[in-house]
Amino acid sequence: MDFNDTPEQAAYRAEVRAWLNANAEPRRDRPSVSRRLDADEGLALAKAWQARKAEAGYACRHWPEAQGGQGRPMIETIIYDQEEAGYDVPTGFFSIGLGMCGPVMAQYATEEQKARYIPPMIRGDEVWCQLFSEPAAGSDVAGLRTRCHRDGDDWVVNGQKVWTSGAHYSDWGILVARHDSSLPKHKGLTFFFIDMKSPGIEIKPIKQINGGSNFNEVFFTNVRVPDSQRLGAIGEGWQVAITTLMNERLAVGGAPPPDFREVMKLAAACELDGRPALEDSSVREKIADWYVESMGMAHTKARTLTALSQGKVPGPENSIGKVVSASKLQNVSSFGADLMDMGGVITDPSLMPSDALFQQSFLYSPGLRIAGGTDEILRNIIAERVLGLPGEIRVDRDVPYNDIPTGN
Amino acid sequence: MNFDFSDAQKALKQQTRDFLRAACDTTVPRRVLEDADEPFARDLWQQIGANESPGIAVPEEYGGIGFGYLELCVVAEELGRAVAPVPFSSSVYLATEAVLLGGSEEQKQRLLPRLATGETIGTFALSEGPGLATPANLQATLSGTLSGTKMPVPDGDIADFCVVVAKDGDGVSLALVDLDGRGVSREPVETLDPSRSHARITFDGAEAEPLGDAGQGWALKDRVFDRAAVLLAMEQLGGADACLQMAIGYAKGRYAFGRPIGSFQAIKHKLADIYIKNELARANCYYGAWALSTDAPELPVAAAAARVAATQAFHFASKENIQTHGGIGFTWESDCHLYYRRSKLLALSIGSERVWKDRLISGLERQEAA
Repeated sequence: MDFNDTPEQAAYRAEVRAWLNANAEPRRDRPSVSRRLDADEGLALAKAWQARKAEAGYACRHWPEAQGGQGRPMIETIIYDQEEAGYDVPTGFFSIGLGMCGPVMAQYATEEQKARYIPPMIRGDEVWCQLFSEPAAGSDVAGLRTRCHRDGDDWVVNGQKVWTSGAHYSDWGILVARHDSSLPKHKGLTFFFIDMKSPGIEIKPIKQINGGSNFNEVFFTNVRVPDSQRLGAIGEGWQVAITTLMNERLAVGGAPPPDFREVMKLAAACELDGRPALEDSSVREKIADWYVESMGMAHTKARTLTALSQGKVPGPENSIGKVVSASKLQNVSSFGADLMDMGGVITDPSLMPSDALFQQSFLYSPGLRIAGGTDEILRNIIAERVLGLPGEIRVDRDVPYNDIPTGN
Repeated sequence: MNFDFSDAQKALKQQTRDFLRAACDTTVPRRVLEDADEPFARDLWQQIGANESPGIAVPEEYGGIGFGYLELCVVAEELGRAVAPVPFSSSVYLATEAVLLGGSEEQKQRLLPRLATGETIGTFALSEGPGLATPANLQATLSGTLSGTKMPVPDGDIADFCVVVAKDGDGVSLALVDLDGRGVSREPVETLDPSRSHARITFDGAEAEPLGDAGQGWALKDRVFDRAAVLLAMEQLGGADACLQMAIGYAKGRYAFGRPIGSFQAIKHKLADIYIKNELARANCYYGAWALSTDAPELPVAAAAARVAATQAFHFASKENIQTHGGIGFTWESDCHLYYRRSKLLALSIGSERVWKDRLISGLERQEAA
């Protein structure tokens, strides 16, 4: 057991660090650059950063060379990500494209399509989004209603998607739609990639609890998609979607600050009964809980990393990541505001410790417990796939989609 | 980056698990639990001694095998899984470590070879009854000889000698006391977990041999406890995993409302929560094991984190295992209570969760200041 890089990994890490030092600012104790800027400015900055990364060979480094990567071991991508986390760089705009759309294109698109679409995705020239969830299909995404039917060489799509991150600035999207409502729900689905500028697409932003609008409603009215943009066979849409969702759970692993470090700093600076709050035993106990969770996650990642660097498949332990980190973020944020007592309700960054990081996160964190699989769905996955417990009894599994009760 | 046990360590773990599955299924802790005249499983302890497991981390020059602490950690996890009713933690994690850290060359030569084979059983006495022991409130006093009362002393009724924490002038010192010597009387005390015996020991002018520097006993005790914390956490981790496996097995086989109870989300989510806590504990324990095996400066914080995480995990797993079983889990015949009892016993030996959380934050404050 040791925590040292191999000489090769250490050399790579040093190279990455030198490049980051020359090209980025270290992260500070405040909301990250992408949360400080408005969406347009943030996107422009993120595209420039992604292009610079790709130019230097650090974007999607483990992807095959033929698809615009460097064909290097996964461990190098992880080392880069570890190092980049210490810098205040714009993040989030490409995680869906590179985390989900890229892998699904790599698996199902033709060689010509890969050559056309994947390199601009890696460089950040083209942004991708994911069109799965619908108003009536959230956790039960296979229950989706958006229809498609064949018309010559095209398909025609009608319906509505929702919670589509970045739809308003995306160039391309991946879409699941129902081609046959008389089949059971998982069997009547087909998968496409689609030009987000196609006629008949209307995008409306959704205002979130925290006032931001990362999500959208996307309406489809007779939108035409060439059959050449179908991924997988007709009726194979669910299998293709599952591939994507598996990648999503790897992509949505951690949570942004604040964590135990930020609370500890805050507790050292705030007073309780005339003494630093950090001397209060109830405060110490809570911080200890979050330390244990936080380091438990970090060491769990180290276990995964070990498996990857030995060329093994990581164990299921990574599946606990988002369940733990999303709730921790919510609890830490709430507690941080409590430590500021009556003043803790103020959200003006100029008046608050850490530029109101705790208040911002308080409003942002509920979304993290839902995005990419709710806490409840993730617990089902752990129970069924990791612990081997029997599946939920499904009353709609073998019923024609048309006959499934829908409620409101 | 290699955050994993070696193949040889994994083989030792499997070997220990196979050995304990045969030599210590749950009928063995149950037997000790139910029989007031059998304070520990003597036959099992002899086999463990014959395997030289107590000497795994003891250097060869003192009669041990001289492997290391990662090897001791994998054995600890399996002993915890088996709820083994033997004085391993008292003798190995506490007494042996105290001698290794504080003993003179002569004391090490004299005591360690017999501790390493299990022929001698040692233990460690700090608590003097309900309430947190501190340097200020210790009553046991050294002045040439030792006087005072210690309880509960783990395995105090069966151990050959004891490391005692006692007031010594203005400070605190550690002393070695022969428990069969003059001025020592001991009687078993009933505890939450009778599968591990405990005693109340009264010292009345008992002969006491200094261990480590006079007046430096409290700091030495802290160092011993940091090391024991990792090893006890490994035992707690093994116990927590045993509870999870037991609950999964029951949830798959028990039917209600026409289907396995494990197909209900109420049960699934409960077991997923056990798994999550266990994995967090496992990651913290492995890091503690690394810090222990390399004597890293991170040890105090790493040990406290392992201890806190494993205490929480075993407590949660053992109580929710009972809940998963329903009424049958509350019966004497069910094995659920073996783990429930053991989880509280281990949670309170060497100090409660609250104490270790405070120690964790103090360690972080020191790191921050440095």
